[in-house]
Amino acid sequence: MSAPSAVPAPPPRGFLRRRLFTTDHRALAVLYLLLGLAAVVAGTLLSLVIRIHRVWPALPFPFYGILRPEDYLAVVTMHGTLMVFFVLTVVPQSAFPNLVLPAQIGADRMAFPRLNAAAFWIALASLGVLLAAFFVPQGAPISGWTSYPPLSAIAAAGPGQGAGMDCWIAAIALFCVAAVASSANLLATILGRRGPGMRLERLPLTAWSWLTSSALTVIAFSTLFAAAAMLFADRHLGTNFFVPPGEVIDGIARAGGGGSPLLWLHLFWFFGHPEVYISILPGMGLASALLANFTRRPVPGYRFMVAAMLMIGFLGLGVWGHHMFVSGIDPWLGTTFGLTTIAIAVPSSAEVLTWLAMLFRGRMRLTTPMLFTLGFLSFFIAGGLTGPILAQPALDAYLHNTFFVVAHFHLVMAMAGVFSIFAGIYYWYPLLTGRMMNELLGKAHFWVSLVAAYGTFFPMHFAGLAGEPRHYAQLAGPVESFPSLIPVERGITFAALTLAAAQLIFLFNVFRSARHGVRADENPWRATTLEWSPDLHPITRGEPYLYGSCLGGTEDFLPQWELAAPARPAQPYLSGPKPE
Amino acid sequence: MPATFTRHQVEVEKRNTGYGGKPPVDRRPTGGGGGDENWDSHSSRHDGPHELLIRYRLAVLSGLAGDFVFFAVLVSAFFVRPTAGHIDAGANFVSDWHPIAIPPILWINTAILLLSSLTIEVARRQLFHEIDVMEEWLGLGRPAVRRAAPWLLSTILLGGLFLTGQWIAWQQLASQGLFFATNPNSHFFYLVTGAHAFHLFLGLFALLFALVAIFRFRKVEMRQIALDCTAWYWHAMTLFWIFLFVLLVCYQ
Repeated sequence: MSAPSAVPAPPPRGFLRRRLFTTDHRALAVLYLLLGLAAVVAGTLLSLVIRIHRVWPALPFPFYGILRPEDYLAVVTMHGTLMVFFVLTVVPQSAFPNLVLPAQIGADRMAFPRLNAAAFWIALASLGVLLAAFFVPQGAPISGWTSYPPLSAIAAAGPGQGAGMDCWIAAIALFCVAAVASSANLLATILGRRGPGMRLERLPLTAWSWLTSSALTVIAFSTLFAAAAMLFADRHLGTNFFVPPGEVIDGIARAGGGGSPLLWLHLFWFFGHPEVYISILPGMGLASALLANFTRRPVPGYRFMVAAMLMIGFLGLGVWGHHMFVSGIDPWLGTTFGLTTIAIAVPSSAEVLTWLAMLFRGRMRLTTPMLFTLGFLSFFIAGGLTGPILAQPALDAYLHNTFFVVAHFHLVMAMAGVFSIFAGIYYWYPLLTGRMMNELLGKAHFWVSLVAAYGTFFPMHFAGLAGEPRHYAQLAGPVESFPSLIPVERGITFAALTLAAAQLIFLFNVFRSARHGVRADENPWRATTLEWSPDLHPITRGEPYLYGSCLGGTEDFLPQWELAAPARPAQPYLSGPKPE
Repeated sequence: MPATFTRHQVEVEKRNTGYGGKPPVDRRPTGGGGGDENWDSHSSRHDGPHELLIRYRLAVLSGLAGDFVFFAVLVSAFFVRPTAGHIDAGANFVSDWHPIAIPPILWINTAILLLSSLTIEVARRQLFHEIDVMEEWLGLGRPAVRRAAPWLLSTILLGGLFLTGQWIAWQQLASQGLFFATNPNSHFFYLVTGAHAFHLFLGLFALLFALVAIFRFRKVEMRQIALDCTAWYWHAMTLFWIFLFVLLVCYQ
């Protein structure tokens, strides 16, 4: 056990330099988490506005009044943009790695701390610009988080498509820069700053997932940046990348033309599909780690899991067309994308089956992080099973743009992704604060969230199968469409309200346990990975996830920073003191 | 130590001195490399200047990969364009695609850019020349920098020549009446050459920064890293240009 090295106290720095210009990755992790928190609060409030409006369309909202259909679309747009980028990309791919990655690989800091810090501030600016869209003339854009042209390319095409859309484009461009910068830092750190003994084949699966996601980020977000730049050029520089010829808006014919909205679809979804893998891969890595930890079993087929993760990342670049089955592409192209999408189900299923295998004959400890991991597994399977359904062009021809799709991606991204975020927060909370979160509140949070989430999103499958379209501002009104679905919608809304309310338990738990939580032991979860090492500069001596009672000695796990346990008195040390 | 190479690891001399004896002695001159189990002595060789160079190169590579994707997206728009057209009054489909003749000066520009890549590569290698680097590291002047500087300067001049040549090419096209928004093809020409020229303009600034850096930076490895990263960026710009040029010449 090495003594903590005597580090001289850093010179006192002013408030600005300490808080604003910090390059400490753990401080940045907290900042990223707060960013994600702000975004998820805003996004959740918007989702509640959506749900309440769908059920009670004539209800006036405080400070606003009754939502017009275009306002509803603006809410949907901002909800999607906030959640996908600022919650589901920022937290798993920026906040968590900043919190634990250097420690997990035995590094003392990131490879490029200032680049890392700059990435955060650019992301924060991006959020600010996006939220400003609510306050510009005509308000937020209405073209969806996917911002299809020509609606998004022509300012006169709809309310909010002027200044609001420009805010959206600026925010996205800034976010792309931040994402690529952050990923460049992560790649350099994982590949170039591993500590002594941390060979690539000893890297924890979370680190592998951040590596894969970083590589995907560089490719995907650069595509989005280019597409956003082209959209900006269409809007302000007189180009026509995405505007087809003969477009007439408000009686005014658009000059030029010769573009194709389909080009935007290809470019956007070439970004959009890897984006969802960027969001979920860290959660998958974390699930492996937490399942190992709380079933006290190693990850079966560690190399297999790494290969599966890399395959998911690689194949994820080839499936974007499954978002475009009904957009008028060549049916043969549709078949091709259907096949690649089914292909990507193979490594995903491999991961799921491995996780399920870990649940058998493990000595499960149902702590809160484990519960959320099981919840992640549940949502990932439930949402993932509808993926192959939607991957068939023939089925998607009916189901596209119905609530079936909404159910699919909310279960697999919103709920599985968010549950993995919760699991990570409950798990790494002792590293952040030195205290444990309250177990009882955690369990209550879990159960209410699980039931309410299924109550919210599962009925959407049936609504979608009944043909209920997306993006309709209301089902009831002068002409009633789908009257039989209104009770379903009402049930969904009540479940959604319950789900949102349950998060208050979580927030209370987080902020209260920071001051009054039970103080954590050194390695409270008895984990093997390096972030739990008592040393500041641990040396890696073994594989990750060496859990199990067969290891010998008194413990049922072998941390990565310790040598193989030679504790039995009959066996001498290999190169140490001989027993008496 | 300069970032010219990392020594191979040498066998650790271990002495079994029995109970409570001295720890294994590491007689390697550089303290050991990576990959073995003898981590009790916190050897520093796994985080030397060469590793720092690798990390900077990784970051630059990530940025360049993103940039490559950016150009690929622009080109993908190009591939969609030949299908662009409009329906005229006689209900006939009229293609808007009018291939433009490449101004001959572009060939000269390409040659200039290739030459500039050559010069900066020579500059980069001068700065990694082992004997000169040793002298610099020992504090005996700046022989490597003095060798590299003229090559770097020529690269800057050649880069400036390239940009001037691009501007002349645009002028020539403009005099023929082909502007940015004239037709889809001219539009694509200006877009692609313009985006590349903008990147090269930034590259010129990077070269100027490197020129200052190799004189001002105090550590030899940081001088090497500055020029090395700039050189890789410049090479990438040359490669992108070749890719775009072939596209413009052969695939209109």
